[in-house]
Amino acid sequence: MNIVILGATRGMGRALARAAAARGDTLFLLGRSPDDLARSAADLGARSGRPAPGLAVCDLEAPATFGPALDAAFAALGKVDAVVVTAGLFATQDALEADRALAARVLAVNYTNTVLFCEEARVRLLAAGGGTLCAFSSVAGDRGRKPVGLYGSSKAGLSHYLESLDHRFRAAGLVTLCVKPGFVKTGMTEGLKPPPFAGEPDAVAAEVLAALDARAPLLYTPGIWRLVMLVIRHLPRAVMRKVAF
Amino acid sequence: MEGWGRTSVPGEERRGEDLAALTRGMPLSRGLGRSYGDASLPPPGAPVVANTTLGDRILAFDGQTGLLRAEAGLSLREIVYAFLPRGWFVPVTPGTFFVTLGGMVASDVHGKNHHVAGCFGEHVTRLVLRVASGDIVSCSPTDNAELFWATVGGMGLTGHILEVEFRMVRVPSPWIYQHKERVPDIDTFIGRLKDAASEWPMGMGWIDCVTRGARMGRGHLYLGRWATPAEAPPAAPRPRRRITVPSLFPSFLLNPLTVALANTGIYWSHPWRQSTGIVHPEDFFYPLDKLRLWNRMYGRRGFTQYQCVLPASAGRDVARRFLDLLTRRGGASFLCVIKDTGPQGRGMLSFPMPGMSIALDIKMTADTQRLVDTLNAFVIAEGGRIYLTKDALTRPEHFRAMEPRLDAFLAVRRAWDPGLSLRSALSVRMFGDPP
Repeated sequence: MNIVILGATRGMGRALARAAAARGDTLFLLGRSPDDLARSAADLGARSGRPAPGLAVCDLEAPATFGPALDAAFAALGKVDAVVVTAGLFATQDALEADRALAARVLAVNYTNTVLFCEEARVRLLAAGGGTLCAFSSVAGDRGRKPVGLYGSSKAGLSHYLESLDHRFRAAGLVTLCVKPGFVKTGMTEGLKPPPFAGEPDAVAAEVLAALDARAPLLYTPGIWRLVMLVIRHLPRAVMRKVAF
Repeated sequence: MEGWGRTSVPGEERRGEDLAALTRGMPLSRGLGRSYGDASLPPPGAPVVANTTLGDRILAFDGQTGLLRAEAGLSLREIVYAFLPRGWFVPVTPGTFFVTLGGMVASDVHGKNHHVAGCFGEHVTRLVLRVASGDIVSCSPTDNAELFWATVGGMGLTGHILEVEFRMVRVPSPWIYQHKERVPDIDTFIGRLKDAASEWPMGMGWIDCVTRGARMGRGHLYLGRWATPAEAPPAAPRPRRRITVPSLFPSFLLNPLTVALANTGIYWSHPWRQSTGIVHPEDFFYPLDKLRLWNRMYGRRGFTQYQCVLPASAGRDVARRFLDLLTRRGGASFLCVIKDTGPQGRGMLSFPMPGMSIALDIKMTADTQRLVDTLNAFVIAEGGRIYLTKDALTRPEHFRAMEPRLDAFLAVRRAWDPGLSLRSALSVRMFGDPP
């Protein structure tokens, strides 16, 4: 598979890129910092023993970079099988409530700009005859919950968009995969107390690759979160108002 | 937070991908936490340490020279499985691969090939450190050499190790050709260990350290070399499965009786005088890594590993006298490992010296401090020293008596960190740092 990844330098994106490179996929990395991208590209090359992936600067806070970065990726890879977005911003509910500028950034990056990036990718994938568009949303978008209200709302919007994309364009050859990770132990969640069923990035990476291969539209990962969220989605409002999660 | 021996102090670790940002203002970096005592634990006054394990990218690898540069949190296990199938291995490996590159430098680890390859630090060509001033400094054997050799084996006290560059070695196949012998007593053991050193690049011995009398110090001698391509199986070795020891493992199962039975059982588990064959590299280098969290077997109070090196000048019978003292004191140990050691490394506090290294795991009880004191008095009298990475109980005055190089190390450390902002629970205990 030829895969373009936005967010491969950190966390689940890093694990996904490594797992993909290890099984022989060819990658192209997009990200904010040229230096950080170069380090991750070198890492992927050294681990796999193959040439380091190509890279281009693409900043989710700067929509003007989306088109040129994707053009560079499509030109370098020739054929693109999948475009994956693992990048995003996170802040705790307390921090977001206290800082309006931070809230504006998180909402814009996770929703508006991610959608705009996906639109750029969608157009290019469809023009090339199809492929898979995969974005990392979150279980936080499944239900309005006390500790992840603002962050969760950005992911709820993203999940909604991704589902509609899959319905609208699958017949034309574009598969859309919405990945909803539960709590995963990465740099992003560092300092938060891991809840039960907290997962590891490597396990998420393996499941995402399997879902890409299966052309699945939706993935809860690690798998147990499918059941956890099934329960949470069906809890009555009166209960959600009482509980802390 | 706990050391591997389950010594614990109040504290927390913070992880992050960007080690340069993460380590700012932190007293200490910690990797996979395999040092047994308090070397990777925070000082009481600064209870948050940097956990480097997310900083694990390989930054460069030269397929001609074997030069590898990586972020310090990269684990040895990742290196082994990325490079062994391609014919490369680390020049020196400790007995577990759940260690980070930064930890390998800070402990200046040695392995079964110490008599031919020296310590890990000998193969390191460059380090990037965040020193106490906050600056990021590059050092090598020719560039800031004092800082470099104080950092090699310096227990993380000279600066946060951010990047490590070292030379990998080519291996003819990813499999090990092993020769195993059953040895009837300690004198035969030492003789065989020393003789084998000239013929085999890798060697170590497991000793039954419960049995006394004529059969004292009986055990198994393991010798090895890399298998030739003709001897090796066609496929690369697959990672071994791991079994996790449960957190509620009943530690009373480890008592003097079961330890004695186990030692005898292990001894006779190899009924042949000797055997040879191809073995999996994990079985040869990392036999205990198959049991994840095996330190739980020792229960809540945990254990300590006593590891000392006894110099060649102390005579061949020094191992017999050490074991005699240990078994007389009833220091029953489940695991006792003996290795031949070569020349002293250039790291200012590097552990090995020419002679032999003995390591034993001792369950922590009310008597353990006295046992360690007794063994330390013996080691001082014989001119040996202990390994800080394993230590939890050595008294500062004992360490000073073993370590004539200590003042030189502390002087370099002071020059780079006059305020002693970089410190650990170990440095507070052993070097008298402010809490």
